[in-house]
Amino acid sequence: MNPLIAAASVVAAGLAVGLGSIGPGIGQGTAAGYAVEGIARQPEAEGKIRGALLLSFAFMESLTIYGLVVALALIFANPFAS
Amino acid sequence: MNLATIASLSVGQHLYWRTESLAVHGETLLTSWFILLAIGIVSILGNSNLQSIPEGLQNVTEFALEFIRDVAKTQIGEEEHKEWIPFIGTIFLFIFVSNWSGALLPWRVIELPNGELGAPTNDINTTAALALLTSIAYFYAGISKKGIGYFKRYVEPAPFLLPINVLEDFTKPLSLCFRLFGNILADELVVGVLLLLVPLLVPIPLMLLGLFTSAIQALVFATLAGAYIGESLEDHH
Repeated sequence: MNPLIAAASVVAAGLAVGLGSIGPGIGQGTAAGYAVEGIARQPEAEGKIRGALLLSFAFMESLTIYGLVVALALIFANPFAS
Repeated sequence: MNLATIASLSVGQHLYWRTESLAVHGETLLTSWFILLAIGIVSILGNSNLQSIPEGLQNVTEFALEFIRDVAKTQIGEEEHKEWIPFIGTIFLFIFVSNWSGALLPWRVIELPNGELGAPTNDINTTAALALLTSIAYFYAGISKKGIGYFKRYVEPAPFLLPINVLEDFTKPLSLCFRLFGNILADELVVGVLLLLVPLLVPIPLMLLGLFTSAIQALVFATLAGAYIGESLEDHH
C-alpha cells in the first residue's frame, strides 16, 4: 500500500470514530439526565423510563457505530489500497 | 492450541466457497445453518406435544411468542399486527440467537483454513439481507393495503419534501444494516483486543456488556422493522 494512503487512512479512521462519538455522547448524557429527573419525580415509572432510555441509547449509539464502520472499512477493506 | 489463537482477530478474512461465478462466505453460511437448525429443533421439541399447562420448552417458546407479539402490537397496532408477527419474530429470533451464539459459543476453537467462525451477523452481507427484507416487507405492507395510493405519502406533508422522502427509503435499510453489523463487530473486536492484552478475567465485564448490547440490538432491529411496517400501514387522514 502506498504509505501516504496508509497514513491518511489511519488518521481518517481515528477521526471518524473520535468526531463521531462527540454528538451521541452529548445526546446520551442529556437523555440520561432527563431520565434520572423523571425517575426522581415519579419513582413508580422507573421500569418504563428505563426501557425507553435503553432503546434510545441504542439509537444514539448507532451513530457512533456508523463512524466505526467507516473506520473499519478504511483499515481492513480500504478501497484505495491496490 | 493456545489462548492467543482463540483471541486472534481476522476482520475481512473469509472462507470462500467458489462456484463458477460466485464466491460465498462459507463460515457465515455454516453458522447461520447451525442457528436455523437450533431454532427449528427448539420450536419442534417445544411445540410437538402441546399442553394446556405449559412446562419445560413449551414455556420458553410461549414466552418468546408473547414477547414478540407485544413488540409487534406496540409498533404496528392492535388491528393489523397479527399477520406481521411471523416476520418480526423470525427476524428477532434469528438476530438474537446469532448474536448470542457469537458471544457464548467458542466458535474459534474450530479452525478453518481461512477466516474464522463467529456470529453470522458480523458479516455485513447477512445484515444487508435482513435490512433489504425489511424494506421489501414494508413496501409490500403499504402497497397491499392502499394499492397505488401508498405512493401518495412521498408528497406528504408537502410536495417539496419528495427528494427527502425518496432518500429515506434508501437510508432506512442502510442504517439498519450498518447498526447491527457495526455493533456486533465492535463487540467482538473489543473483546478480542482485550483478550490479546489480558487473557484472564478482565474481559468478562465487557463480554457481559456485549451480551446485553447484542440482545438490545436484536430488539432494536425488530422494533424498527415493526415501526417501518406500521408507518406504511397507517392512514393519513
